[in-house]
Amino acid sequence: MIALKNISKTFNAGKPNEVKALGKLSLEIHEGEFVVIVGSNGSGKTTLLNLVAGTILPDTGTISIAGNNATKLTDYQRSKWIARIFQNPLSGTAADLSILDNFRLAALRTKSKGLTIGKNENFKALVREKIAALGMGLEDKTEQPIGTLSGGQRQALTLLMSVMDECKILLLDEPTAALDPRSAENVICTADALIKQYSLTAILVTHNLKDAANYGTRIIQMGEGEILKDIAAKEKAKLKQAELFEWFG
Amino acid sequence: MGLYLSALLQGLCFAGIAFGIYISMKIFNIPDITTDGSYTLGGVVTGIMLTHNQPGWFILLAVIGAGAVAGALTGIIHTKLKINALLAGILVMTALYSVNLTILGRSNLPLLSLPTLFSVLNVLTDPNQNSLIILSLFVAALTLLIGYLLKTDFGIAMRATGNSEQMVRALGVNTDRMKIIGLAIANALTALSGYLITQFQGFADISMGIGVVIIGLGSVIIAETLISWMQITSVWWSLVLVLAGAVIFQLVLAFTLDIGVNPNLLKMVTAMFVLIIVGLPRLTSRQA
Repeated sequence: MIALKNISKTFNAGKPNEVKALGKLSLEIHEGEFVVIVGSNGSGKTTLLNLVAGTILPDTGTISIAGNNATKLTDYQRSKWIARIFQNPLSGTAADLSILDNFRLAALRTKSKGLTIGKNENFKALVREKIAALGMGLEDKTEQPIGTLSGGQRQALTLLMSVMDECKILLLDEPTAALDPRSAENVICTADALIKQYSLTAILVTHNLKDAANYGTRIIQMGEGEILKDIAAKEKAKLKQAELFEWFG
Repeated sequence: MGLYLSALLQGLCFAGIAFGIYISMKIFNIPDITTDGSYTLGGVVTGIMLTHNQPGWFILLAVIGAGAVAGALTGIIHTKLKINALLAGILVMTALYSVNLTILGRSNLPLLSLPTLFSVLNVLTDPNQNSLIILSLFVAALTLLIGYLLKTDFGIAMRATGNSEQMVRALGVNTDRMKIIGLAIANALTALSGYLITQFQGFADISMGIGVVIIGLGSVIIAETLISWMQITSVWWSLVLVLAGAVIFQLVLAFTLDIGVNPNLLKMVTAMFVLIIVGLPRLTSRQA
């Protein structure tokens, strides 16, 4: 589903503040895999995720997504395959727009945004039904600006928005880092449920080792822009949280 | 009464600038001051085409097109060359002065005996009341058009762009392109104000646009104060209030002239008035 070959990325090349973020990294992620990426700050996790998303482009190497060469495609061109959840709950939604408007836009992720009014009664009913399934009591507030909701609520809605349109790959960049423990638990559970329900290929970057141990089918540890450990399904199931802590010892 | 009626008429003429600034400043969050140039551009294109006896619909299209090109240029400079939006606007505005002067060929062009938009329809004998009807129809059509645009899927993407660029890009929108289109629309609307004012006052002037951006800003700020005060989220009501803001602004200026303030001080009064509207909510909320 996602194949990175010999990817390297250096920021501020040739300047005193040069940072070598990734060096000759290769990684293949298969369809339906839920990959968890852990690693200390500056290990290249977020750079890796951004390279897959297309917000930054690699210096060398190739990226292929769903069988297409995506090396030179930017983020909005890759949105036909990829939905993203950001660390900051404010980034994933447009605060001044109503919940409905946000969902309308998300429902058009892979399509063009035309000059017709697509927010009809059918669509409103569909959104209410989907939101009701979250069990957060937000289905009656769909006309409210989404900025009036809490970070946890917004993050949960962003997750739901990602499956409003055809979605193959879900990228989660520390989605729970800015949330309180209960909201965080709720968001990660929702994410896991959606990934299973829609058989998504997912990449989760996290600092939460409990989540890293409990969720996902494959775990990767990064350090200094390289892959240090790569543990797949069977082995990962045996992995204990305590062992994960030792990785960072 | 005549003073206030003509203030109302001017306010309606300035609806285009108000909508334009609303789109660039509130929807896209871009401080665009191409306004002074694109407003005059609308005026001089109207003037020169009227004196060359061009058909009305053609003049209207040409004005919209000219304003859109000016806005798109600012947008391209801002997004593609990554130049600060204010500077991009100033550059285009400065260049437009020469363009306008070249189009007009002189600094002032009177249009007094020519047929204009205001002589298309004659329902009332009083020329000002007649103009009011024509202007109301024109502005109503404009409001409906923008309101519809903002309600479409494209409009939702436009409104989201100023809110969270990251999200909008992740949802498959080319935000650079969106901003260029947005600034084009904003300046096309501004040029429409130049189109209306030129025909309303009967001349095009090279300096008609100096400081006109404050009218748009003032109108939008009045509207914003009302919007947050009445807690309005509807797109339609927001547009109606922006329109109301443009009219209120002109009425306040007419009032200051009416009570005998020296017209030389009018720009000072304008600046003070905008300062008061911006400052008042902050001062009162600090006490609360």
